[in-house]
Amino acid sequence: MAQTLVPSLQCPKGIACNSRRMVSTKLWNSLLVPSHGRRSRKGGNAFKVLAVSTEKSGVVSRLEDLLNLDTKPYTDKIIAEYIWIGGTGIDIRSKSRTIAKPVEHPSELPKWNYDGSSTGQAPGEDSEVILYPQAIFKDPFRGGNHILVICDCYTPAGEPIPTNKRYRAAQIFSQQKVIDEVPWYGIEQEYTLLQTNTKWPLGWPVGGYPGPQGPYYCAVGADKSFGRDISDAHYKACLYAGINISGTNGEVMPGQWEYQVGPSVGIEAGDHIWCSRYLLERITEQAGVVLTLDPKPIEGDWNGAGCHTNYSTKTMREDGGYEVIKKAILNLSLRHQEHISAYGEGNERRLTGKHETASIDTFSWGVANRGCSIRVGRDTEKKGKGYLEDRRPASNMEPYVVTSLLAETTLLWEPTLEAEALAAHKLQLQV
Amino acid sequence: MALLNDLVNMNLSDHTESFIAEYVWVGGSGMDMRSKARTISKPISSPSELPKWNYDGSSTGQAPGEDSEVILYPQAIFRDPFRGGKNILVMCDCYTPQGEPIPTNKRNNAAKIFSHPDVVAEVPWFGIEQEYTLLQKDVNWPLGWPVGGFPGPQGPYYCAIGAEKAFGRDIVDAHYKACLYAGINISGINGEVMPGQWEFQVGPSVGIEAGDQMWIARYILERITEIAGVVLSFDPKPIPGDWNGAGAHTNYSTKSMREEGGYEVIKKAIEKLGLRHKEHIAAYGEGNERRLTGRHETADINTFKWGVANRGASIRVGRDTEKEGKGYFEDRRPASNMDPYVVTAMITETTLLWKPN
Repeated sequence: MAQTLVPSLQCPKGIACNSRRMVSTKLWNSLLVPSHGRRSRKGGNAFKVLAVSTEKSGVVSRLEDLLNLDTKPYTDKIIAEYIWIGGTGIDIRSKSRTIAKPVEHPSELPKWNYDGSSTGQAPGEDSEVILYPQAIFKDPFRGGNHILVICDCYTPAGEPIPTNKRYRAAQIFSQQKVIDEVPWYGIEQEYTLLQTNTKWPLGWPVGGYPGPQGPYYCAVGADKSFGRDISDAHYKACLYAGINISGTNGEVMPGQWEYQVGPSVGIEAGDHIWCSRYLLERITEQAGVVLTLDPKPIEGDWNGAGCHTNYSTKTMREDGGYEVIKKAILNLSLRHQEHISAYGEGNERRLTGKHETASIDTFSWGVANRGCSIRVGRDTEKKGKGYLEDRRPASNMEPYVVTSLLAETTLLWEPTLEAEALAAHKLQLQV
Repeated sequence: MALLNDLVNMNLSDHTESFIAEYVWVGGSGMDMRSKARTISKPISSPSELPKWNYDGSSTGQAPGEDSEVILYPQAIFRDPFRGGKNILVMCDCYTPQGEPIPTNKRNNAAKIFSHPDVVAEVPWFGIEQEYTLLQKDVNWPLGWPVGGFPGPQGPYYCAIGAEKAFGRDIVDAHYKACLYAGINISGINGEVMPGQWEFQVGPSVGIEAGDQMWIARYILERITEIAGVVLSFDPKPIPGDWNGAGAHTNYSTKSMREEGGYEVIKKAIEKLGLRHKEHIAAYGEGNERRLTGRHETADINTFKWGVANRGASIRVGRDTEKEGKGYFEDRRPASNMDPYVVTAMITETTLLWKPN
């Protein structure tokens, strides 16, 4: 297991190795196996975290004990890690504070603030950006009653700052028409793991390439699957935290993985995806591996990374839903450009029409067709109801934007009759 | 029970009433921490029940060889996160055998200021934001930086996550829980703007507590970096150039500042601080001139200015305080290597006891 996990620390002559310590198999085992037999101060079954390994003999590693300390017998205080999205729209930031006692609901938590001038979100002379707590999850790194808090960002005057996409999404999801339709989302987040320093995919030979795609999708084996510990640790961490993670698999490109979150209703989808991304990057940080959500990490005959978004409404899930799905697809076809521009930076490198994508300029749909913009499952077609899969979003998409845009285009927006008729003809949809 | 691990972590309570007290004090440089342990044979409930002790001051630059005993007076007790059980850490200050505070003992004077009736009535609160840098052992280059080179410029690291952006989180997180366990009023942590740099905050603490808690928090931090094989630095400008320095911003309020009309009290206090800028700066940490340049979220060392939400000022007042008309203010001048007894007592003295002529 250590073999696939630790990136090759090949140090070119003359340059000292990065002092980042090697991860030993023993410590990684503790991450996956519930702790038993290992002495611990109360709370022995807490989710154990990976600590900095001290290889020196004669030095007891007491760091792990401190990291896994159950504070409950000594204090009611809990640690709340406030998490927000930084100035690039994809960088995640967090800092923690002590809260006097455990809380049940985000409204019980105080608003906070941070230095926006350090994240490109405010000028130095007026640097405070305010954090509003929006969703709580259990902290798998600290255990106990400690929590993670997903926040969004506002000016001191109470206006959402430009990178705050949650605000508008929340507005859309609180419209009565949308509430009535109970929109469900299942998001398939793909991601690539890279070796530190070289930034070359995990498991790839530095300076070269692995054998072509084929053997790697859902594979097992030291020569085919790289970084499973990260994916598995992430799965359990998400379940512990209360994230609605529904599955995981190894992807077509070696070093690439996917997990799915859903079904989530409305704004939850965004909250859960951001928290799951946070957990993932905390885990890769511990593993000494770099996480990238770039939609096309390696040019050429290698798959990109997407964030396919499965979507359904109440009427789509009921009898006769297939017609509703077709109408939704029609609406989406008429707003292709708006959606594409909001579906992630750099998506044009990924949506080429090859590697199971549709070209970025063309809108298409089909049953069981992975080369389309929108895919409808055979089950849905057969039962006459179900859901659709929007395959266009890139792995670095903003989930608040994508989920709310899908709801907006299919539930709140109406095309003109002529446009609708033209599109129906083009797509051969009888609606 | 043969393993070192088992011995270090053994729970003594089943076997003896005795427990271990680690006496902690500040050494001759005013910044180095020292400690040694002794066995206490029966339970105690306050520092005054602990015996005074002594150490070899000639080995810490605090006494001559022919008259080397320096006496330790126990002042504050905390639970020991390394030994667990009933074992304790004891914050002490240092005296000559005749009972005079030695020159590096800054606590004695602070305690006098904090027991002045005018000060006691105003219940001064402190929240101290301690920044620090982690360095790789032997090369003394920041943790996570390539030896012989530099990381990408600042921007991605503040509050960041990820193996290429956050270096040393285990130390920071272990420190957080250890302090909570010890009984220190630790209120938060965050990754700082310079990679390998972190911050924790202690407070709100009343009066002399602020200094006691901050010193023990620093002690616990250095014990943890010792375990991790990493070097701790409180230097205010560890890397010259376009890299942030490390400070110890001190947030302060008094009873009148926290009540209705407090904003006026705050403004008057800031005015008085402005009149004693040089005296404060001289006491705010060695090497601060390398850090307070006017860039990297600091105000220039020779300038005193204050502003709301302004991180380039000497004193910053939060928007909340301005809006509610009461609250606290932040003195951004102290360096990370400041002595918390000196800084907290000085701010209190200037704002509550000193009168400009």
